[in-house]
Amino acid sequence: MLHTVNKSPTERNTLESCLKHVNKGSVVLLIEDGVYGALKGTTSTKMVEQALKNFPIYALYPDIEARGMQDRVIDGIKLVDYSGFVELAAEHSSVQSWL
Amino acid sequence: MMKFGILINEGPYTHQASDTAYLFAKAAIEKGHKVNRVFFYHDGVYNSSRLTEPPQDDRHIVNRWQKLAKEHHIDLVVCVAAALRRGIKDENLQEGFRISGLGQLIEAGIQSDRLVTFGD
Amino acid sequence: MSEATGGIHMEEGGGGKIKKFLYLNRKAPYGTIYALESLEVVLIAAAFDQDVSLAFIDDGVYQIVKGQHTKGIDVKNFSPTFRALEGYDIEKLYVEKESMEARSLKETDFLVPVKVVNAAEMADIMQSQDVVLSF
Repeated sequence: MLHTVNKSPTERNTLESCLKHVNKGSVVLLIEDGVYGALKGTTSTKMVEQALKNFPIYALYPDIEARGMQDRVIDGIKLVDYSGFVELAAEHSSVQSWL
Repeated sequence: MMKFGILINEGPYTHQASDTAYLFAKAAIEKGHKVNRVFFYHDGVYNSSRLTEPPQDDRHIVNRWQKLAKEHHIDLVVCVAAALRRGIKDENLQEGFRISGLGQLIEAGIQSDRLVTFGD
Repeated sequence: MSEATGGIHMEEGGGGKIKKFLYLNRKAPYGTIYALESLEVVLIAAAFDQDVSLAFIDDGVYQIVKGQHTKGIDVKNFSPTFRALEGYDIEKLYVEKESMEARSLKETDFLVPVKVVNAAEMADIMQSQDVVLSF
């Protein structure tokens, strides 16, 4: 399944909670303020890098760029646009939004 | 071709949910998919207010949904219980939206290939 | 909650398809309306003969604790409604063990019978659904 996260990990535990519930074959997409979870050198970077060993994590590039974070993204996080978001939703059997 | 249902739980302008949902819906349609219904729940019902008047240099979230729906035959459904709680009625409902029951959300879940939620 | 049933059209209910719906509750009650309006959806969903489950994780577990008295905040106490779910044949209520324990709660603190599962089991439950609704 596709999990989306739209909260900053330095404000809420949403990303942390999501990452504990991702099974094999599932992926995570960070959107809106969730893209702050895609950044290098933050208090949640280690958790995200660890998760990347087990499943892919994507981030919505227009949201990253809007926030001026384009040069800070963790290597290994895949960037997508809205079209890529649609593809991820279509490829997976269901979508769970972590609100 | 896939059928997408969309659920929006937040009002316009305060939260990004309605913007993200709109750009998702637009991208889905551009890729040849169908968006069969957008359901507005919680504060999301405010996305349907005919009285919405953003500054001229800002996007018009309500009319943007209306236009997309008209062009691509999307059913824009506003939850009646949530709407009445918040003062949205037929009197101030934008054309192209309709007020109906929560059953329409369940039905969207049943009839769509994917139901995608946008909220806070 | 009868107002929530307005406009329901059973005959359009999906042409016999039965899907697995999960209602994921991650938010505490009263501070925001999400928990109440989520429960309203669940009650409507019951009329559609789908395979319904409810999951309570993170602060969502606070929704079903016993002893809620809301008179002092002048908000309707909707927690007794969870007890009515059984009458609608909604019996699959899952609580995540880690979330429960992190909040110093025990199974006996809940006002309805629940199945306590760990995070890995909860992930499997999520994965097996056709539709996940989270508010």
